[in-house]
Amino acid sequence: MQLDDLQTIAEKHQASRKKFCLRTCMSAGCMSSQADVIKKNLESEVKTQGLEADVEVRRVGCMGFCGQGPLVGVDGHAQDGELFEHVKPEDAPAVVRSLTGGECALERGDPHHPFFAKQLRIVRANGGIIDPERIEDYIAAGGYVALHNALTELTPAQVIEQITRSGLRGRGGAGFPTGLKWSTVAKSPGAKKYIVCNGDEGDPGAFMDRSILESDPHLVLEGMAIAAHAVGADQGFLYVRAEYPLAISRLNLAIKQAKALGLLGGAIFESPFTFNIDIRIGAGAFVCGEETALMASVEGKRGTPRPRPPFPAESGLWGCPTLINNVETFANIAPILNRGADWYASLGTEKSKGTKVFALTGKIQNNGLIEVPMGIPLRQIVEEMGGGAPDGGSIKAVQTGGPSGGCIPAQHLDTPVDYESLVKLGSIMGSGGMVVMDDKTNMVEIAKFYMEFCMDESCGKCIPCRTGTVQMFRLLEKITARQATAADLAKLEELCDMVRATSLCGLGQTAPNPVLSTLRFFRHEYEELLQSDAHAAPPPATPA
Amino acid sequence: MGAKTLIIDGQTVSAENHVTILQAATDNGITIPTLCHLDGVYDVGACRLCLVEVKGSTKLFSACTTRVYEGMEVTTQSERLKKYRRMTIELLFAERNHVCAVCVANGHCELQALATSLGMDHVRYDYCFPKWGMDLTHPFLGMDDNRCILCTRCVRACWHIEGAGTKNVAGRGSKSHIISDLNEPWGDSETCTSCAKCLLSCPTGALFHKGDTVGESERDRSKLGYIVNAREKQQWIV
Repeated sequence: MQLDDLQTIAEKHQASRKKFCLRTCMSAGCMSSQADVIKKNLESEVKTQGLEADVEVRRVGCMGFCGQGPLVGVDGHAQDGELFEHVKPEDAPAVVRSLTGGECALERGDPHHPFFAKQLRIVRANGGIIDPERIEDYIAAGGYVALHNALTELTPAQVIEQITRSGLRGRGGAGFPTGLKWSTVAKSPGAKKYIVCNGDEGDPGAFMDRSILESDPHLVLEGMAIAAHAVGADQGFLYVRAEYPLAISRLNLAIKQAKALGLLGGAIFESPFTFNIDIRIGAGAFVCGEETALMASVEGKRGTPRPRPPFPAESGLWGCPTLINNVETFANIAPILNRGADWYASLGTEKSKGTKVFALTGKIQNNGLIEVPMGIPLRQIVEEMGGGAPDGGSIKAVQTGGPSGGCIPAQHLDTPVDYESLVKLGSIMGSGGMVVMDDKTNMVEIAKFYMEFCMDESCGKCIPCRTGTVQMFRLLEKITARQATAADLAKLEELCDMVRATSLCGLGQTAPNPVLSTLRFFRHEYEELLQSDAHAAPPPATPA
Repeated sequence: MGAKTLIIDGQTVSAENHVTILQAATDNGITIPTLCHLDGVYDVGACRLCLVEVKGSTKLFSACTTRVYEGMEVTTQSERLKKYRRMTIELLFAERNHVCAVCVANGHCELQALATSLGMDHVRYDYCFPKWGMDLTHPFLGMDDNRCILCTRCVRACWHIEGAGTKNVAGRGSKSHIISDLNEPWGDSETCTSCAKCLLSCPTGALFHKGDTVGESERDRSKLGYIVNAREKQQWIV
């Protein structure tokens, strides 16, 4: 495999294109609404109407507008990029007829809607466009050129320099500078090093990584291979949760295809570089998204975290230096090398570069997946792109960062979405979950929901997280049942501080965040639920 | 350089290279409370009682897993740390069914001793009263989940001193519990060598000799240390 061969594959693929293309979303969301039947019906309808020479029915990944699914996009039409929404299997004849100018009363989406127009798609550029199960589609979209250039034109140090200069930060949530992490692993002594991709996305309401893996698996594989070249690793592990069977099967297929073309495995691009990727499937524990727990799980042990240091960069899988990045981080790598670090660094804000994918859910008109430039005000996301709260309600708060994050109240909606601004408001960027709450939402119930989640997902290793979350949940239950007093609220706050300061890993350290952030902005909602405290000390007498 | 100089609670002490804060403190007669630590088995930093403050960082560090460095300044007894430790013990007492008055380990229990030394005289949290059972299938050993604090000392002793690998943790969060083999009755275990090292490691009355009655379960933990010494340093007591 050489660069020429990539081009030949791409050209051959372009030449096989037909006049029209019906892009059928086959991601988990649309699949759950019979997208597979829709595709089959479209194919047989194309045959029935004798349009096989002109129409291609293509399986594609997520187009983002998941709330309007199943989606079918049309290319080659007078209105290129037309989108059919809420398509049902019996709509297939009408969709196909519309290509030849036939009547079609189906629901059409507006491709210029702010939901699409305000997006900047880098990691999701191929989502909804290419067939995730065909490597030729990815190559035709410029795939694996970045890996080729990294191997033939750039030294590992130059690759790391590019990533550092791009300003990319970890998309798993904490925002650690990616280039710095890579150079630490590259400089750690050791003959054997590993690359790990964290695909154990588990925040309630978050599905960014799933969508990337389902829609563009090769993008992640290519990013991992470039990382392996940069840090000197020859083995990678892709850790995906078992709840993502479609992502797992597409990744398995993608790895097989890449190996067959010599883009993974030994002598990649006929260089001495060898890199293999194996998939490891999580068994359903949220804590395995924490890097040390994830590595224990990859090693075949019980998935529980361990204290850091040593950090994985120094001592990770089986004691070897290990680079561990999130799916979205790896998905950014090839575009950065293709278009240059300076281009990437020109996007976003001073400290948060590039774009971020969010799963926009909750009490909002337009649900789905969006990729926006860093620094975009939260208001633009929820009001313009998301269309505000449904049924004439108003937005009360936006929750970011899942169980580790917090609720940002409506008065702070003009906050730009970047790592630092969100932390200042007591939340975090997180991996990309964005749950919108309207005026009917009770914030104490929200805090209780997240606390129950953390309580259930605590691994049980350290005492503050294992027992502290139970007690905090019980106190929240007591409050929502209107049985608590001010003393209970004080106890809750004391526990929040203790669990945050003393827990072993990030799960416990951030478990109190949903309570702390709702207490900060919606304290009155807690206080309204309190009983008068008969045993409380009387207020100090005011001096005369 | 073979040794490090550091300050623990205002006292300048020397420590061997690569030792943990806990070891350095112990060697110099400074006591840091611990529960999951046990001489002879590796540390996991799980109980969070040995958390200490290190100057220059806002985070707390577990003394049993953090290595010393030159010029390190450690505080082991601030008001904040004492409060957290007391709360940790309170949380443990509320978690399962710890009834000292009827416990084999009464008077020899590390949990009880810590509660006393940390000044935890009452529990402010709701007791959970979980329904845990006992495993009395082993011929002469017993396990009472109601008294277990999940320090995993028995698991580590079983795997890394005895090498049997019988004891393990199952479940997660508050449902975590110690099991034998693949959650089988202890008495049916084909891997258990009945060495009772788990019993020697247990800080509470969760693991006990059948037939022991209240306050009779005294343990000689130094035995574990001898075994490890013998193995690692080839020092045998004749």
